[in-house]
Amino acid sequence: MATLTAPPRQTVAISSPGILVPSYSLWLREIVRFYRQKARVVGVIASPLLFWIVLGSGFAHSFSSGSGSSSSTHYLAYFYPGAVVMIVLFTAIFSMMSLITDRNEGFLLSVLAAPVSRSTIVLGKVLGGATLATIQGVIFLVFGPMVGVQITPESIGLSVLVIAMISFELTALGFAIAWPMDSTQAFHAIVNLLLIPLWLLSGSLFPLSGASGWLRFCMLCNPLTYGVEALRSALYPGGSSVFSLPVNLAVTVVFCLVTFAASWAIVNRRTNRPAA
Amino acid sequence: MATLSERPVHSETAGGSGVNSGRYLPIQLEHLAHNYGNRQALEDLSFEVRPAEIFGLLGPNGSGKTTLFRILSTLMVPTGGCARIQGFDAAHDPNKVRQRTGVVFQATSADLKLTVEENLKHQGHLYGLRGSRLKTSIKELLFRVGLADRARDAVDTLSGGMKRRVELAKGLIHSPAVLLLDEPSTGLDPGARRDLWLYLRMLRDQDGVSILVTTHMMEEAEHCDRLAILNQGKLVALGSPAELKSAIGGDVILFETGSEEAAALLAPRMAERFQVEPVVLGSTIRLERRDGHRFVTSVVEAFPGEIDGVSVSKPSLEDVFIQRTGHRFWAEAKEEE
Repeated sequence: MATLTAPPRQTVAISSPGILVPSYSLWLREIVRFYRQKARVVGVIASPLLFWIVLGSGFAHSFSSGSGSSSSTHYLAYFYPGAVVMIVLFTAIFSMMSLITDRNEGFLLSVLAAPVSRSTIVLGKVLGGATLATIQGVIFLVFGPMVGVQITPESIGLSVLVIAMISFELTALGFAIAWPMDSTQAFHAIVNLLLIPLWLLSGSLFPLSGASGWLRFCMLCNPLTYGVEALRSALYPGGSSVFSLPVNLAVTVVFCLVTFAASWAIVNRRTNRPAA
Repeated sequence: MATLSERPVHSETAGGSGVNSGRYLPIQLEHLAHNYGNRQALEDLSFEVRPAEIFGLLGPNGSGKTTLFRILSTLMVPTGGCARIQGFDAAHDPNKVRQRTGVVFQATSADLKLTVEENLKHQGHLYGLRGSRLKTSIKELLFRVGLADRARDAVDTLSGGMKRRVELAKGLIHSPAVLLLDEPSTGLDPGARRDLWLYLRMLRDQDGVSILVTTHMMEEAEHCDRLAILNQGKLVALGSPAELKSAIGGDVILFETGSEEAAALLAPRMAERFQVEPVVLGSTIRLERRDGHRFVTSVVEAFPGEIDGVSVSKPSLEDVFIQRTGHRFWAEAKEEE
């Protein structure tokens, strides 16, 4: 308290902060925070890379291919979109886990006590997480040419769009799950129980066309399947797909809207319970 | 209570002369109540905080302070009654209340990975401030709380006292008329605590800010202009520390008897012999009396060998608490909210 002789402050003009500035501020915080924690950045890139190479090479031999190329390259190529989605999933999970630490450490308290609507918090936080996930996913695209991805403006443009949509839906889903939780352990349980299976059954590891019975049914019900399929079509425009690209994109857009609406609804519940 | 217009609900008492106080009471509680399921946390609380005063909310853990703080900071909707800040109902007009209130939480709410300046910038954004005006107020605030030279350091590199100053600056970024602080001295060394109180008084005197401080520390409560003492969700005393203490007649006398049984037996005999109203607190008998030093002599002579120790003192706020509740301040401190 260096000085005790400061002039009195002026009366503030009291106005509503609106939704844009606060959302932008929360969004920016997510980005700045992420890149200040170097270990997080490395982990989120390195682990899917490791998975992709190890799992991809390991499975390659037990996974027969119909095309003429060597089976090893073929499976790595098949697994590639799944690995991108995995990065996106990991980034989304970690950034929404921060929602729980925000709550426990007190940061969220000061946001909740500010004159911003709860929707602002969803918007800032989900867009922040989605932006990070998109950036990380897009960075992984540099490995594409190694597995035969044709770099054209259309394929890149469409891939980035699909990655952004998947990032958004997974982050919004993570938000809706993390908001009511007060411990990261509980969130881990949900991650293992719900989010990882969501990825496993999305056609990332094995194709929908080869699955049958209940497995096929689960995969068809899984909204992420359509996102992975869309990304696959974007990366390999000539490849075969169970559904057409417009169908895959449409389902993904719907899932984006549903998860965002879920997050929105869950923060706006009116309650007599403590907000934080 | 569906008043959603800009003009606050009319309250009878006019505000003071502070720059921000306007015509409405900074804080006004009317039959405020809250329960968590079956547990009644607050019961029929009615009192007010006047413009430009430092108001203390004193109570042991579990007395309902935290609940009241959550309601005032609009983090929770009360189950009964109403709390108004600057005339606006905290439950129905939370955003109006939030614009006029600065909240300093007990926990560090600043983002530890961001710098002091980034934290304040973010906080300003949440209140709709930006651009050069925000820059100016950040600079000014940092200067005022003595953190100007640490503006570009990450918050997790600061000491506990400095972190608390960041919290204070966060709470003041939008120049609120009302400032709420939850246990602000927790974890501060005596020097930092002194600075904090100097600063709070400056806010009150120069800026006319009305300040509510929760505390479980008697020494801290002594600094407040007026106090509300809470016990088990109920208001047990209200007034300035001096008023509350002078309401106790004369000196406070404690007789130490050695065991709870002895105290229980001795108290009624003492009451009969000297026409006093003693209170038994464990193995101690407590009573209030003028000219304590003379009285003590006669009591010790009347019950030779039954009294192990005696103390005579001027009343403290703890004595106010004991007088109003019949038990010690920390006796009921089992249930932390």
